[in-house]
Amino acid sequence: MIEWFSYAQIAVAVLAGVFCLVVGFSGRIPNDYTLGATALVEVLLVIQFIVALLAPAFGNDARGDVLEFYVYAVSALLLPAAAVFWALIDRTKWSTVILGVACLAIAVMVFRMNEIWLIQNV
Amino acid sequence: MPTESLPAPVNPPARRPRIAGVGRVLVVIYAILALGAFGRSLVQIIQQFDQAPLAYTLSAVSAFVYIVATVALVARGAVWYRVAWITISFEMVGVLVVGTLSVVAPELFAHASVWSYYGVGYLFIPLVLPVLGMIWLSRKRPTTNPESAQ
Repeated sequence: MIEWFSYAQIAVAVLAGVFCLVVGFSGRIPNDYTLGATALVEVLLVIQFIVALLAPAFGNDARGDVLEFYVYAVSALLLPAAAVFWALIDRTKWSTVILGVACLAIAVMVFRMNEIWLIQNV
Repeated sequence: MPTESLPAPVNPPARRPRIAGVGRVLVVIYAILALGAFGRSLVQIIQQFDQAPLAYTLSAVSAFVYIVATVALVARGAVWYRVAWITISFEMVGVLVVGTLSVVAPELFAHASVWSYYGVGYLFIPLVLPVLGMIWLSRKRPTTNPESAQ
């Protein structure tokens, strides 16, 4: 993982999460903005996943547990996708809140992935 | 049991899911926690089961219970309603007992489980969630007219 990229990713996920929560609690159904923010979080996760796959080839090895890292990485990939899927089916304001919850969960998971890659077992 | 009085599968024609409104958010948080607990216990059991069999078995059990609770919250009918109560109560007891044990007898639970230290590694969500789940369930019993649910 690339440290600055993960931090940027966490920041985006937190912003997207808070944004979706605010919009959701103000009573709006999922719209292009909230779905777009969640999609952006997902795109960054895909990039992060590719980065993590390629990084060891460039001498950037995980310090921590690789299996644990990929369990997080794969779960993280599923989460916003599932939330968006849900939001497209269930057109209520709660789906917008759920988008926010998913984005915030991603922030925590990326933080944890970052810890595993950079700090664990040092 | 004496409370078997009502026929479980009789739903009004609308077949409205028990979970509506804010309860859906609850289900999603449950699902995320189930995913997290499952992932962690998978890693622990594959890699280091012999180091702390008790804590890791517990991780697996808690993961399983979270998955069942998630399903039970979504599914309709009196049976699932009861399953939801059982699993959520189990979680409540689990987080309180294991949380307390991890404080007073840390050697038993030196290796993290979802419930260690009252779920601090999961932002105390495991401590708060069963309470919310119980509040939700007590307001949504299937015996009352599901038509009025929202």
